[in-house]
Amino acid sequence: MGKSYDFILAGVGGQGTILASNVLSEVALAAGFDVKKSEVHGMAQRGGSVNTHVRWNSERVYSPLIGLGEADMLMVFEEAEALRYAEFLKPGGAVVVNQHTIKPITVTSGGARYPTEADLQAVFAKLTDRLYLVPGTAIARDLGNARAANVVLLGAVSTFLDVPAETWLEVIETRVPPKYVEVNRQAFMRGRQATGR
Amino acid sequence: MKQLLSGNEAIARGAWEAGVAVASAYPGTPSTEILENFGRYPNVYAEWAPNEKVAVDVAVGAAYAGRRALAAMKHVGVNVAADSVFYASMTGTEAGLVIVTADDPAMHSSQNEQDNRQYAKFARIPCVEPSDSQEAKDLVGVALDISEQFDTPVFLRLTTRICHSSTPVELGEQHPVAARRDEFPRDPTKYVMVPANARNRHPVIEERIRQLSRFAESFAFNRVEWGDMDSEAGRLGIVTCGVAYQYAREIFPGASILRLGMTYPLPPDLVREFAAGVDRLIVIEELDPFLEEAIKLMGIECEGKSIFPMVGEFDPRVVRESAIEAGLLPESSRVPVVKLDKPEIPPRPPVLCPGCPHRAMFHLLNKRKVAVAGDIGCYTLGLVPPLSSIHSCGCMGAGIGVAHGATQAGIGERMVAVIGDSTFFHTGMPALANVAYNQSDVITIILDNRTTGMTGHQGNPGTGRTLQMQQVPPLELEPLVRALGIERVKTVPAFDVKALDETLKEFLNAEGPAVLIAREECALLPSARKRWQPLEVLSEKCNGCTMCFRIGCPAILKSDELDEKTQRPKALIDQRQCTGCEVCAQVCPRKAILFRDQVAVETRG
Repeated sequence: MGKSYDFILAGVGGQGTILASNVLSEVALAAGFDVKKSEVHGMAQRGGSVNTHVRWNSERVYSPLIGLGEADMLMVFEEAEALRYAEFLKPGGAVVVNQHTIKPITVTSGGARYPTEADLQAVFAKLTDRLYLVPGTAIARDLGNARAANVVLLGAVSTFLDVPAETWLEVIETRVPPKYVEVNRQAFMRGRQATGR
Repeated sequence: MKQLLSGNEAIARGAWEAGVAVASAYPGTPSTEILENFGRYPNVYAEWAPNEKVAVDVAVGAAYAGRRALAAMKHVGVNVAADSVFYASMTGTEAGLVIVTADDPAMHSSQNEQDNRQYAKFARIPCVEPSDSQEAKDLVGVALDISEQFDTPVFLRLTTRICHSSTPVELGEQHPVAARRDEFPRDPTKYVMVPANARNRHPVIEERIRQLSRFAESFAFNRVEWGDMDSEAGRLGIVTCGVAYQYAREIFPGASILRLGMTYPLPPDLVREFAAGVDRLIVIEELDPFLEEAIKLMGIECEGKSIFPMVGEFDPRVVRESAIEAGLLPESSRVPVVKLDKPEIPPRPPVLCPGCPHRAMFHLLNKRKVAVAGDIGCYTLGLVPPLSSIHSCGCMGAGIGVAHGATQAGIGERMVAVIGDSTFFHTGMPALANVAYNQSDVITIILDNRTTGMTGHQGNPGTGRTLQMQQVPPLELEPLVRALGIERVKTVPAFDVKALDETLKEFLNAEGPAVLIAREECALLPSARKRWQPLEVLSEKCNGCTMCFRIGCPAILKSDELDEKTQRPKALIDQRQCTGCEVCAQVCPRKAILFRDQVAVETRG
């Protein structure tokens, strides 16, 4: 059995979940891993729940999907989405969550309740003591582009993986338009400090 | 250097490398990106056809003309194209012809999960199936070679998990293939399927399948991976194909596996030899027991659907749990799932986007409580509360015919059919011709958002833009509808609530067929985005009457502020989401929502 990392990424349509999973997969390839990435498209073009599976293995990845209870890490861009996919996490796995809420229409004009950060803490406490709440959107906004929150989270996640920061930055640079390279570079570096590791 | 490609990107690359000259498709999840990507390669012709049947005919024509060709579609698209698939099987082709079918186990974006391997057997054409993107790319060229060697169309079957998973692919060079002929073939005995010729062709295609079955015995993509025969694990034999191979390999690392890259026809000797080498034979395949039944017909004992589900998509967990239940794996291999005491998580149901031009029409249909036969597209979401105004939806183009049938059956209420512009061009036109010809009282509403929305803004005959970005004369709906025989036709701006309502009322009060074209660009088109301008609520005028909540717009929020009298939350407009379509402003009875020009004045003031 080779070295392996199985990631579940989740967010709301428009948050850059797909871009983050593309970067995560390209980094694996650049670092010499076999990799598979699987996108679970919802039907909605905007505002739907978006979810991708990314698997790294130093030898070979077979299944493109990760089963419940089998993910080493959840990387989530929105708080309620972290709860939605919680069952995928292996006990003791790491959870990196962007401190950001996007209330769905079922809450904003219907009767549904949006979970609190305390709910998040309580649910994951049963699974792991490695829950990291990262103010990704706030950091990105501070840097002048709230859309870079996904790259802040990539920075945070990178601290759990044995791949040099330069490899990540090289991949990010190929994935964003030239005028956004600098803000994304800063977003990534700020993310690396955010988990306190 | 390897590149990560999705299955769809890999098919496009493979088609280009293998010298495909012509490709045609109608967009449909999960197949859409195949043609979008193929069309970007140099020196190829790629097009959106109005429907899948036309796409297959176009590819057949190109292949008859001696050029390698490909048609791509989602699984249910093959239902539309089936007539053409069957004659193409009978005639064979001059140059290679591949028909890509992208099946959708779990119905991520479809009305059923039919298993299109059945079509291969039904039409007597070979079917090849990749297990990852590298094989997807390679199999395009292989399928074209088979097509030319055996004079047959070839099915290339994908599933959503193959289409939408990215895996590393070694890229190759383009191998331009010379056209095989300069003239259209003049061989009526082969290409004119009148009964006398067809009777001669039928034995030919039966013999072709027998030959393909022999070819499959040594086909490189049919592969045996023997386990350690001294171990119990190695004496378990698994027959599998497609993405199910990946789950089989992961869950049974020590097993012996026969991976079939060609799932029709099967190689009987290879299967027999494999079965004889193992103690217990199981079949791991998604959806139908297609391989299982074929193997049983060979007189070989095997188990498949008695262990693994017939319904839905597999993943490692499904395969593992099923195997534990059947005693193939020990209880100790179970991966426990911690039972979490989660609060209720608010769902994010797919809804019509803020600024969607379909919203006002559904609001009115709901208000008037009319019976609506719907169709396939974004606008099927008119079904979702609070709009709740679609009462049937079966397949592309079905709505108009259903509305006509219910009307002619003599039900006591007026039927409305709702269909999008692209779906109307796809299969709505003959149904509307029928309404005009047989003069039923059906009111057809064409929601013309100037694009194919659901699949991500592909062109169609009405957009005036082709897949390869050529500007062409757009097909105009109103003259088209009149030419089909409908005399009562009106085009109304889709954000104009009053005009829509008056037209609907006029049509409901008049007898005979009528067509209302509700026209406005999809709010997500780049040209529409330029016009986005969020509206605002004058909170002192709002009394929380909830009228604006009833149009189901994600940009209208309940504010924390309650109206003093009614104690109901006032409305608030999310500035990040609102596009300024003004439908809410028109339905607000207290004029509490500012129109675009009023917002502008307020801001200046």
